[in-house]
Amino acid sequence: MAEATFLDANELVLNMGPQHPATHGVLRVKLRLDGERVLGSECVIGYLHRGVEKIAENRTYAQFAPYTDRMDYVAAVTNGMGYCEAVEKLLGVELPPRAQWTRMILAELQRIASHLLWLGTHALDLGAMTPVFYTFREREEILNIFENYCGARLTTHAFRIGGLQYDLYDEFEADVRKFCDDLPGKIDEYEQLLTTNRIWMERTQGVGVLKPDDAIALGVTGPVLRGSGVQWDVRKAQPYEAYAQVAFDVPIGRHGDTYDRYLVRLQEMRQSVRIIRQCLERLEPGPILGKVGKIIKPPAGTEVYHSIEGPKGELGYFVVSDGTVNPYRVRIRPPSFLNLQALDKMIQGQLVADVVAIIGTIDIVLGEVDR
Amino acid sequence: MNPIVKSLIILFLVIFIPLNVAAGLIWLERRLLALWQDRYGPNRVGPFGLLQVLADMIKIFFKEDWIPPFADKPVFVIAPAVIMVTVLMSYTVVPWAPGATVADMNIGLLFFLAMSSLGVYSIVLAGWASASKYSLLGGLRASAQMLSYEVFMGLSLMGTVLLAGSFRLSDIVAAQRHMWFVIPQFLGFILFLIAGLAETRRLPFDLPEAESELVAGFHSEYSGMKFGMFFVGEYLGVILISAMITVLFFGGWQGPWLPPIVWFVVKTLFFICLFILLRAALPRPRFDQLMSWGWKIMLPLALLNLLVTGAVVLAARP
Repeated sequence: MAEATFLDANELVLNMGPQHPATHGVLRVKLRLDGERVLGSECVIGYLHRGVEKIAENRTYAQFAPYTDRMDYVAAVTNGMGYCEAVEKLLGVELPPRAQWTRMILAELQRIASHLLWLGTHALDLGAMTPVFYTFREREEILNIFENYCGARLTTHAFRIGGLQYDLYDEFEADVRKFCDDLPGKIDEYEQLLTTNRIWMERTQGVGVLKPDDAIALGVTGPVLRGSGVQWDVRKAQPYEAYAQVAFDVPIGRHGDTYDRYLVRLQEMRQSVRIIRQCLERLEPGPILGKVGKIIKPPAGTEVYHSIEGPKGELGYFVVSDGTVNPYRVRIRPPSFLNLQALDKMIQGQLVADVVAIIGTIDIVLGEVDR
Repeated sequence: MNPIVKSLIILFLVIFIPLNVAAGLIWLERRLLALWQDRYGPNRVGPFGLLQVLADMIKIFFKEDWIPPFADKPVFVIAPAVIMVTVLMSYTVVPWAPGATVADMNIGLLFFLAMSSLGVYSIVLAGWASASKYSLLGGLRASAQMLSYEVFMGLSLMGTVLLAGSFRLSDIVAAQRHMWFVIPQFLGFILFLIAGLAETRRLPFDLPEAESELVAGFHSEYSGMKFGMFFVGEYLGVILISAMITVLFFGGWQGPWLPPIVWFVVKTLFFICLFILLRAALPRPRFDQLMSWGWKIMLPLALLNLLVTGAVVLAARP
């Protein structure tokens, strides 16, 4: 793996993080450098480890749900959704349609919010300081919708096992519709700033190339995998909720470089708007909670693995029940953790400036990596 | 008026005004960026947040001036002074208005180029003396960047020198009485604008600091007023480059109706705002891309410009 340095100079070991503006949290990357060229790297994680999986064993099924919000804290809605669905699967509960459509709307809004945050910070990492203000402006709209719905903006705990915690507020549909009407124009605005910008293209094209085979071998999912040209989206491959009933495309890249992943995520935002519009059409008054007992006690010895397409990739929950009110084991498959594995492969032979671009393009959230 | 008193007044004004304008630029930049980025910017301290600058200055003066124990102390202290001195020295040759120059040297342009080249020592020394890996990388980038951009910065200006027939800046301004040099020397103007951006290490070319990669690069380890000097030095550089663009390509103080100094200030301010707009609009290129740009595109273009201008000047000579 290691190649010789230029003129046999000493290798420079650069410690990037855990306190570094571009590592998006407390990731520590030990880089071995020849000048500015990366010879190798080693990721050190765990600075944000809170033992979420162990906590699950000491909480009831319902009590654990809010903890999942704190893993990927920029996409709390999808985190909670994955967990609730896993437990529902375990219990064999059917969701009322209103709950399903609402969940999908909120989850897609969350996907957009997560991608907006990614776009802003990624551009900021590459020195473009303006997009971050624009994307946060739009993200604010989504957070306001969340706040009006459940009172929280970030760690929403929006859903409940078996359905929804709250019914939708009165202006919800109007708010979401307005947001959906505005967003495509705003995405055009970001594209104007970046997509055909020569500096942006040179900074991202051919940087951090991940071949489809490598991506699959490393267990990479989500936009990173689709950027490499692999058509795999859990919403299409193993539809959950009512994703089988809505029409949407799965955008994929061709070259597997940072630029393609950027395009894929922008396209995904547009597709999410499309999904939300269809969900709003189907949204009808009705019950919001399925038949779930006050005490959630799945039968002993049952286990389930359920995964959803989070904003960052496949988010899976493996829940084992021993017949008590607490889960026997909850194992979480966070997309960021597995996607981060690809970092070393992607930064081999690149420059320090590219490392920043590549960490940004993987779109990690350390709360999720470390759990 | 006694000529000594007059030059002392000019000297005082030339030091005093740019220093204050540089501080004011911090406010201007933050307000303009805010305007373009759909937010407010500083608007709490004083009218329109104008006193924010004062508040920042007070804060920065009272900050602990910490020198890292691992740093090379004398060099560490000298480095921020070097940038201030070299930039302020360059101001001596700028012709603000007819007769209002500290030193109207016959090699004014060369003096400016020399001083702005010396400024890079500040960055390299700061990066080296900090004895931190990030600073070192910043210093290395600075030296590479300056080396490649210094070369065609000088060459891009030779066209105007050929047209004016003098290195004296007041002569160059006078030679633009009928036509601003931006018209015959448009290529030279573009080249100088880019080189000037690189020279001031402003955003598309802020690789030596690159806060998202190198954590502020060469001035990572600086605090208090030493950091402030780098900061003000950067803004002084912006004013200087804008003023030089005005002098060399946009007729300096010349313009109808208004007094010369007003024309000078208006034109300079325009380019300062252009610099700020570029910062708001562009991402940061990579170090190797910047180098290959400089050597493979800009330098040949500068040489071509010089060649064509020289041929035209020769052919037009009676």
